[in-house]
Amino acid sequence: MDSFPILTAIVVLPVLAAVVVALLPRSKPETIKAVGLLATIAVGLLTVALAIDFETGAAGFQFVSDHSWIKDFGISWILGVDGISLFLVVLTGVLFPIALAGPKVDRDVKSYVAWMLVLEAGCLGSFLALDLFVFFIFFEITLVPMYFIISGWGYDNRVYASLKFFLFTLFGSAFMLVGMLTLVFLAAKGSAPLTFDLRQLMDSAPLAESTARWLFLAFTAAFAVKIPIFPVHTWLPDAHTEAPTAGSVILAGVLLKLGTYGIVRFGLTLFPGAAVDMAPLLLTLAVIGIIYGALVATVQTDLKRLVAYSSVAHLGFIVLGTFAFTTAGLSGGVLQMVNHGLSTGALFLLVGMISDRRHTRQIAQLNGLQKSMPLMAVVFTVVMMSSIGLPGLNGFVGEFLILIGTFVTHRWWAVVATAGVILAALYMLWAYQRVFHGTPTGDNVGLPDMTVRERVVMAPLLVLIVFLGVYPKPVLDRINPAVEAIIDRVEASSDYRQPAVAKAVQAPPVAADDEEGGG
Amino acid sequence: MNLLAQVPSGGPLRPLDLPDVEYSAMAPALILIGGALLALLVVSLVRRPPPWLWCVLTLATGAAAGAASLWLWFDVRDDGPVRAVADALVVDGFAVFFMVLISTTVILGALLGHGFLEREGVKGPEFYVLMMLSASGGIFMASANDLIVVFLGLEILSIALYVLAGFQGRRSESREAAMKYFVLGAFSSALFLYGIALVYGATGSTNLVSVGQFLAGNVATSNGVLLAGMVLLLVGLGFKVAVVPFHTWTPDVYQGSPSPVTGFMAAAAKAAGFSALLRIFFSTFSTLRLDWQPVIWVLAVVTLLVGSVLALVQTDVKRMLAYSSISHAGYVMIGLQAASARGIAGSLFYLLAYTFMVLGSFAIVTVVGRRGDARHGLEDYRGLAAQRPALALAFAVFLMAQAGVPFTTGFLAKFYVISAAVESESYALALIGMISAVVAAFFYLRLIVLMYTPRADGQPAPTPLRLPVSHGLALGVAVVFTVGFGLLPSAMIHFARQATLLL
Repeated sequence: MDSFPILTAIVVLPVLAAVVVALLPRSKPETIKAVGLLATIAVGLLTVALAIDFETGAAGFQFVSDHSWIKDFGISWILGVDGISLFLVVLTGVLFPIALAGPKVDRDVKSYVAWMLVLEAGCLGSFLALDLFVFFIFFEITLVPMYFIISGWGYDNRVYASLKFFLFTLFGSAFMLVGMLTLVFLAAKGSAPLTFDLRQLMDSAPLAESTARWLFLAFTAAFAVKIPIFPVHTWLPDAHTEAPTAGSVILAGVLLKLGTYGIVRFGLTLFPGAAVDMAPLLLTLAVIGIIYGALVATVQTDLKRLVAYSSVAHLGFIVLGTFAFTTAGLSGGVLQMVNHGLSTGALFLLVGMISDRRHTRQIAQLNGLQKSMPLMAVVFTVVMMSSIGLPGLNGFVGEFLILIGTFVTHRWWAVVATAGVILAALYMLWAYQRVFHGTPTGDNVGLPDMTVRERVVMAPLLVLIVFLGVYPKPVLDRINPAVEAIIDRVEASSDYRQPAVAKAVQAPPVAADDEEGGG
Repeated sequence: MNLLAQVPSGGPLRPLDLPDVEYSAMAPALILIGGALLALLVVSLVRRPPPWLWCVLTLATGAAAGAASLWLWFDVRDDGPVRAVADALVVDGFAVFFMVLISTTVILGALLGHGFLEREGVKGPEFYVLMMLSASGGIFMASANDLIVVFLGLEILSIALYVLAGFQGRRSESREAAMKYFVLGAFSSALFLYGIALVYGATGSTNLVSVGQFLAGNVATSNGVLLAGMVLLLVGLGFKVAVVPFHTWTPDVYQGSPSPVTGFMAAAAKAAGFSALLRIFFSTFSTLRLDWQPVIWVLAVVTLLVGSVLALVQTDVKRMLAYSSISHAGYVMIGLQAASARGIAGSLFYLLAYTFMVLGSFAIVTVVGRRGDARHGLEDYRGLAAQRPALALAFAVFLMAQAGVPFTTGFLAKFYVISAAVESESYALALIGMISAVVAAFFYLRLIVLMYTPRADGQPAPTPLRLPVSHGLALGVAVVFTVGFGLLPSAMIHFARQATLLL
């Protein structure tokens, strides 16, 4: 595999496919869809091949390709993958064909498919980039296709929602760019050549304490908007609700992860000391997000908006695990990024299927759906349980690791956050009860059950949800070395030491049941 | 400029000691003037010249001027900067950079003008003649090594532009624009001239190098006159490049002038104005940078904020682009404020990227304006994508580039000046620049959304658009430049850096 630049291929392939799509005539939507689907499946297979080829137990970056791009600024095309980014890349590779194949799109298929392919390249580029500049431009460029997908194929209030999404994220990035440049110039003090290479910046002389804090905050500003963390989350419900189904799937499944991934990859890696100093703030915001997101989700009348607010809560868990600074918490956080992508992506697909049939997403107008759609009810139940965190499904593994990892270092935050798990059961089950139970009335009678296509689309998601819930070991084995390297880095540059008990917590969580008492 | 001092005060009359004139150093400007004169000559001798002749002549002239500039570029690179005509002119990398840039605006401006003049039924070479003359003034400004020559260049540039602004004399807006531009422009020229006088009074020279040397070698115990002169120079040039608070003419003039003229004016006048501003402040007044840096800081901030915030509330696209061009001037000022090699290179990069974005934008504005050049409301852009997908896509590219979306030169330009600000530790300015880019993104996006929003059912079908070949060509060049160098910017960065190093 040394000779074949697999990472570059993964990023470039969707772009080439987008160009091909752009050259195809508008009058052949079927061909266009086929090209788009084939390309995303090919990328998906490449990402899976990457995961199989990935060397387990190694902490560093693998498959690195490094080419000089803009010499005068020391900017290089550096791609690499480690345990933290690996499964996010696979997630992206898996979700895109599903998002493309699942929901039907009738209007202007050509532009739609082209934008989706560009979006995929942007997401993959962000996860793979090891050069700060390259990361930044991919991080930014994802806004453009997403903006067009929401504003072009979304629901009624799409223009407002897409603009809000774009401006919020751009505002955050403004801080990151300035912070990034500051870091690069500070690292180059003493006439060293400029470099945006993450690996070199990691090894450069440590920053002054207050500088590091400011820079950490500048980076976090961008990621906090993207995640989103509590006070800057207001764009998310609008964007998710107004986006077309595929847009919501990708937005929730992949784009939000750019924020959490960014915090781990850049925030913790580049400013470990500052991250420890700022942890109480972010932990508190994360817990507020968990409880607030859950409470607001409970009272939603729109099914899609409910799922959107549940994302705020779930992403709160990921942030909580990240800033707990324990191997268990951070591993759980990384795993939960993947889990949330699978389960929330699946939920959005299901909500999309319901709203395609009923042309409404209002919970009050839906009832008794399981009478006419038993299979849909089953699938919805499994996905919902995964989202709630039922043991045996993927959501449990991640949330459990996060909570246990947080408990040993920040007990009371974990205690409050656990209430969020209960609230998740409340809003999900209550919504399920209202939508699926009872006797169908009015238009809810006699709806067609899931079509073959819908079954095919949901199948891989269900398989992954169950697989990761039962046997997460292969995934955690690949995540853990990278996570340990980051925690070591944090410990090396601050007084903080993670308690020994947190280190001992390893997957599978079922075996870790008795650790709770010891923590 | 010490010719007058050579006249002997008594004794036998000596022949005047005339300086050597190095014509090669002025080649690009002379070619442009020659092209203009040739056009005037042809129109008075040939009875029925073909309608494409003037455009082709201007294109050839612009290309020749560009080629001459490139030839000078290699000369300068190999042999170093050349001072010419008794130190009145200097040909260094910086000057040549602007020669290339301004020759480019002539070429693109001619392409924009051709389709426009044909549509409006205007015959004759006047448009092209004035444009070439104006450009020659810009080139003189860029290669001026003496404040008097800067002033001469400024006037050559401006007077032709005043006439061009009023080119559509039958439209009252065009007349109003010309009048406004002329009165305010003349006023600012007077201030500039006064500034020259004060600087001369304080330093004893108008030569940029001598002034710089004087300031480096002497410490003024009381430099009020010098500072006042510096401020007046800043005001005069700030007017040309539309820096707040000297910007009030911009929206009216941009809106009233014929669209191709606005495009040319936005590109060429801004570039020429900044060439003088950067050279005078960064090079000549470099020892006074602690005095002018705070002033530039404040001007940059208000320019960025006023430009992007006021653009939000515009309903006329030309007015909106006027305010956006004001905010672009703010970014170039960020590069000047940094007062470093990176800052100046960033400003140059920005100006080059801006030239293509703004001329491309105005090419589309010209086309959408339709016959009469009057359809510039936001509503006129609704549904453009359905009617003309390629045109809408090109405009989307230019607007995104102006908003600073990655993989365009516009992004790299912002990145360049912001990085210069960060390097010189002007963190606040860098942040304000980025945030005003977010504000600006709003109105660029609004326009893009409008283009991609279908017309409401009740609305009448849009009148068909005619895209002249020349416009198509200009748009193609501008898009390829904006995206191509956005992907692989090394050559362009290198060009800007070399131009700075050779200053």
